[in-house]
Amino acid sequence: MEPHAQAEPHKLAIFRGYLKFKSNKQKIWGVLIFLAIVTAIEVLLGIYKPAILDVEVMGMKLLNWIFIILTIVKAYYITWDFMHMRDETASLRRMVVWTAVFLISYIIFILLQEGGYVESVFSKGFVKTDF
Amino acid sequence: MDSTVVNTSAENKRWGGGIEPLKASYGKMMMWFFLTSDSLTFTGFLAAYGFSRFKFADSWPIADDVFTHVPFIHGNYPMIFVAFMTFILIMSSVTMVLAVDAGHQMNKAKVSLYMFLTVLGGFVFLSSQAYEWSTFIKGGYGAVGTHGGNIIQFVDAKGERVALKDFAIAESTERTQHTRKDGLWFSGEKALPSFTFEEVLAGFEANPEVFVRTTYTAEDGHKTILSRSESLRELRTKGKNVVEGANLVQNEYGPTLFANYFFFITGFHGFHVSIGVLLNIIIFFNVLIGTYERRGTYEMVEKVGLYWHFVDLVWVFVFTFFYLV
Repeated sequence: MEPHAQAEPHKLAIFRGYLKFKSNKQKIWGVLIFLAIVTAIEVLLGIYKPAILDVEVMGMKLLNWIFIILTIVKAYYITWDFMHMRDETASLRRMVVWTAVFLISYIIFILLQEGGYVESVFSKGFVKTDF
Repeated sequence: MDSTVVNTSAENKRWGGGIEPLKASYGKMMMWFFLTSDSLTFTGFLAAYGFSRFKFADSWPIADDVFTHVPFIHGNYPMIFVAFMTFILIMSSVTMVLAVDAGHQMNKAKVSLYMFLTVLGGFVFLSSQAYEWSTFIKGGYGAVGTHGGNIIQFVDAKGERVALKDFAIAESTERTQHTRKDGLWFSGEKALPSFTFEEVLAGFEANPEVFVRTTYTAEDGHKTILSRSESLRELRTKGKNVVEGANLVQNEYGPTLFANYFFFITGFHGFHVSIGVLLNIIIFFNVLIGTYERRGTYEMVEKVGLYWHFVDLVWVFVFTFFYLV
């Protein structure tokens, strides 16, 4: 009746094993500190917008790429440690994560591609929007 | 007595007999699948936002020009308040996961304390969002809408924003808002802006220190500011009406869609947070009256916790795409 009352059901190592915590509680606070640091970096970059990061990389500003990557990093640790995805079986994890990742990437690719095309029609085509 | 233990019927059919597919209980697994589909809903909204943003790439507002308010403090502080909101939500995620952890140890006192803190964090976040909406709707400086649906904003010689009330010349006009008490046949009318377009134009012509800032982004990432003669021509030929704050038809920040997506996506997320707070309150009282103590497991805290973390997860993305990128 109590499948969750085992001694230590949680995996306590993060960063691929570089950081091991003694208890689940300690891991929660550790992950909070990590998330707070990442958020602080995002906010500081957002306020100061360093000029070195203002270069175009693969169709987007480097700064924006950094923001998106940091967001995905945060999402990973929220899902893996706060939502305990780290402790679920591999098949449950893949069912949830792979499905979402595939569908999300697909729709984002389609819509952004189309949005960029419409923009090019506005700016290069014979469409007047400003009058 | 075993019949006091609440099991759903599906749990009895498939999950009974000591079998747990994927080593997850029925409720937890279904919560995961619900969250997967809910994440796709949010993706739809955010991807549509991305579409419109790419479509209006040159005229989309810069977040740091829009979200600059902090409660009780005057001045221009971009990012600070949303960073606070993000931190509140992450913090309440932490108290939630601590509640789950205390539940694993069957520690009723701690579960109730952490659930209470989680609910509190939820309320703080919701009030912050109410403040965010109210300042967004009220607006700060005011702008002029053009015939083509664009927005014309005003700056001084240093490039600092100028509010309409600082230069518009108020004239006495006979046009008053039509209200119910004035008419036998009443049809509603929206609140009139503080100034008419003619007053703004007159004030602009009388103040040589005011310039037009268009919605177009220049190479340096800032909005283009026109010279005085170009400004005059822009305002005279294109200006149509005065826009103050934001609604679903027009807003003083940029394309109409910008405000619409803001209301829709942060509103949908706020709706999720409200539901989460409601669920957390139900769980909190269930913990207090000892429901899970009798049931022998605090798994319900864990399931609602999954939903609460998901709300936090979505906010992380909303934060990035509305305020950072």
